[in-house]
Amino acid sequence: MSRFGSLPRRLVHLVIVLFGITLVTFFLLRLIPGDPALAILGSSYTHTRAVAIDNFLGLNKPIWTQYGLFMGRLFHGNLGFSFFYNEPATTVIAQHIAPTLFLVVYSAVLAALISFPIGFAAGLHRGGVLDQSSRIFFTLSFAMPAFWLGIILILLFSVHVHAFPISGFGSGFIGHLYYLFLPALTIALGFSTVLVRSLRSATIATLQAEFVDTARMKGIRWARVLWRHVFRNAILSVVAVYGVNLAYLISGTVLVENVFSLPGLGTLLVNSVSDRDYPVVQGVTLLFAVIIVGINLITDIVQAALDPRVGQEIGA
Amino acid sequence: MTGAGAPLLTVRDLRSYLATSQGVVRAVDGVSLTVHEAEVLGIVGESGCGKTVTCRTIMGLMPAGTLHASGEVIYHPHGERSILSARRAELEALRGAQLAMIFQDPMTALNPVRSIGDQLLEAVTSHARLSRAQARARAVGLLDRVGIPAPARRMRDYPFQFSGGMLQRALIAIALASSPRLLLADEPTTSLDVIIQDQILSLLLELQQDTGMSMILVSHDLAVITEVCDRIVVMYAGQVVEEGTVADIISAPRHPYTQALLDALPQAGQRGQLRSIRGSPPSLIDVPDGCRFAPRCRYVTDDCRSWETKLIETGEPEHTARCWRQHEIERAQAWQQGSGSA
Amino acid sequence: MTAAWAASPSELLMQAATKAAGRRRSPVRRRLTLIAGLVLLGIAILAVVLAPVLVSQSPTTIDAVHPLAPPLTSGHLLGTDQYGRDILARILYGGRIDLAIAFGATSVTLVGGTFIGLVAGYLGGRVDNILMRLVDLFFAFPFLVLIIAIVAMLGPSIFNMFIAIWITSWVSYARIMRAQTVVAKKQQYVLAARALGYGPLRVMFRHILPNTASAVIIFSMVDAVGNIILAASLGFLGLGAQPPSPEWGAMISDGQNYILSSWWLATMPGLAVVFVGVAFSLIGDGLADLLRAGER
Repeated sequence: MSRFGSLPRRLVHLVIVLFGITLVTFFLLRLIPGDPALAILGSSYTHTRAVAIDNFLGLNKPIWTQYGLFMGRLFHGNLGFSFFYNEPATTVIAQHIAPTLFLVVYSAVLAALISFPIGFAAGLHRGGVLDQSSRIFFTLSFAMPAFWLGIILILLFSVHVHAFPISGFGSGFIGHLYYLFLPALTIALGFSTVLVRSLRSATIATLQAEFVDTARMKGIRWARVLWRHVFRNAILSVVAVYGVNLAYLISGTVLVENVFSLPGLGTLLVNSVSDRDYPVVQGVTLLFAVIIVGINLITDIVQAALDPRVGQEIGA
Repeated sequence: MTGAGAPLLTVRDLRSYLATSQGVVRAVDGVSLTVHEAEVLGIVGESGCGKTVTCRTIMGLMPAGTLHASGEVIYHPHGERSILSARRAELEALRGAQLAMIFQDPMTALNPVRSIGDQLLEAVTSHARLSRAQARARAVGLLDRVGIPAPARRMRDYPFQFSGGMLQRALIAIALASSPRLLLADEPTTSLDVIIQDQILSLLLELQQDTGMSMILVSHDLAVITEVCDRIVVMYAGQVVEEGTVADIISAPRHPYTQALLDALPQAGQRGQLRSIRGSPPSLIDVPDGCRFAPRCRYVTDDCRSWETKLIETGEPEHTARCWRQHEIERAQAWQQGSGSA
Repeated sequence: MTAAWAASPSELLMQAATKAAGRRRSPVRRRLTLIAGLVLLGIAILAVVLAPVLVSQSPTTIDAVHPLAPPLTSGHLLGTDQYGRDILARILYGGRIDLAIAFGATSVTLVGGTFIGLVAGYLGGRVDNILMRLVDLFFAFPFLVLIIAIVAMLGPSIFNMFIAIWITSWVSYARIMRAQTVVAKKQQYVLAARALGYGPLRVMFRHILPNTASAVIIFSMVDAVGNIILAASLGFLGLGAQPPSPEWGAMISDGQNYILSSWWLATMPGLAVVFVGVAFSLIGDGLADLLRAGER
């Protein structure tokens, strides 16, 4: 759903969503059945620590005061205290952001590089060899869980053929590019299925548009018509799809980081879950949500830049 | 207006069959016509008669894959070879510079995400090497020539900021950007309201007379055609059923379909019901034998349904009609008028 | 058929065009995808249901004599894992869990989400606004992260997996259904029904729903694939089915440790996921083709 309407309205909408996110994240912790302190501390339960946690969570106070406490701390950048790492949650999280961000951007770029040419060509030569084979390929890859695909890629390219490293983040920009190639490819392949399909049908639809005929009528080269009219218009509907699915892609990083042993947010999340480090779980969830809101905003901006009609109040 | 010159475009036995999931649609089934220099030829017929497919096949703008075409389309200045099977590079050289086309719905005929100026400049520079300043000047000049106010400012606007009439003017500007010798106008006024229709038609006529280019004007509205054209081709169910000068066709239509079309035109001061043609056109997939107009013709006889139709001379110069009973009918009508019934 | 040299231009053209048209027409060809998908799914369901008949071992029998046996060892078609448990048996029994999620989780979210979307779209106004804001909110979270968080809080188990999916996945259906309903509301058949005095419930369920259900049903196929992968992902992370449950994701996670020597531990369960996933995808694609063709 793209957002029609002026910028102020969009920003207000954004703020509302952000508030809602904090609400949901806040309530997550309240889902824990039984005594949260017991669940959090587990075997390191002592009475003092339990009291500290109770005070921290403010469980004896009314629910809205708790929320107020939570929001107050949030605005001060305090996401709570990690019981496992013995450091503020914010610090822990900050240490794990870099690999995830790099991976996300890398996957997004790779996905575009893979899917745009294939999707466009498939749409142009509908029913052709590329179209049919890419359809089969992507139907298969869509059904593959990201983590399994990652394992297979490791099997093929790291174990049998020592082309890429099995795990780790590497150092330096080129090092990152090298180490993260397989994980990014894993995510990109899953992501590409939707993109290829979307671009393919958008291309087919655009080819039938009358303005393409007008362009051909001018006598300009077909290649130019393809690029400046067909692709330029087909890509519009893909941008929206891209934005929505990028959100799913982030889910994918959680699994892929695990498979490739990358020290990113995903690994942190999973470890914190098994360590019962609830403040960190809460913090990472919140951060992920904020990232997605940011991505959606960027998608909207890109859409508006490409399509001058979007800014108008056409009416949803 | 007449005083047509040498033949510019000759179409011989054009057939365009479309392969669809319902079967083969014989959209154009043996159409021949000629457009001369500085002439305006009108093609008239109801929806589905094949007039649009004819034009698009001439320009080579039919959707690939579905179309199977045969016959010849000869653009004389280019040589006597049919351009129907010309290679892409050849067609690209012809389009814009020699042959141009404007389409029915101006709202969809322009790229919605690029400015009018951009699209016009694209046309202006497609066949000429111009500097940016020259190209822009020419573009603005074209917009002005087609009657768009404040042309320089409007270059930056997008199609959604234009009204239907303005868009059609812009499309005309685009079509004329490289000074083509033949313009195909497919129902250029159908989706516009009546007042604008008039303006656009006058504009087209004006431009045609100024530049001396030829035009093929397609419409289902006989009134529009008779206003603007020199010669008329009447199409029905994928075939040409009558052909002649405007004067001849209006005064002495020979094919029952043409007669019915003329009858159906509302007259000024007419009261009472409009006369329409009962029935509907035949399927183009299972084409009936014999005359395709037979089910709706008021003069039909049994033989009409088995007669292998062809265009027959009416007696007037360059006036033919696809009806084997045309002379009989003419005599009967003359007799009726003579005996005082009106 | 006249000989080529004797045929008229129109006959020749007809022959060429007819051949091309014929290629498009075949109804079997159009339904091929759907049939293929249904066949695959049928095989999967049968295999899983008839598991006790197809394999003699139970998924938990430890065969201490043959640990890590490769595929095609006698008695173990797909090999054994590190405890000597037969992989084929584990896959078939594990399939029960994953297919249960595919059907169980998807159907509830399908019904729930469709209902909410229908109501929101039909009633409009504040109800619509509130519900769609809620939907937007859920969309702000990466699903897996939210599900992990929920399962983490509730405790890892298969049932909690169901709950987590139910809580989060209805939103897609709601959004799709709402969009369809908003458009359908303005169609002639709805206006006619309302003019006849039919109450809102009747209009919604007996008029709008049957005409717009295709979009959500097609999406439910895609969602089913997603849910299977989700279940496998949670199993992989140790958050879903707990050992010794032979859930596919958990098996892959186990197998990861033996990737260098015994690749089949991790590969086979994955292939099972792909098999079922492809089945659902084909059904979804086939349905979409069928409906699109019907619209023409």
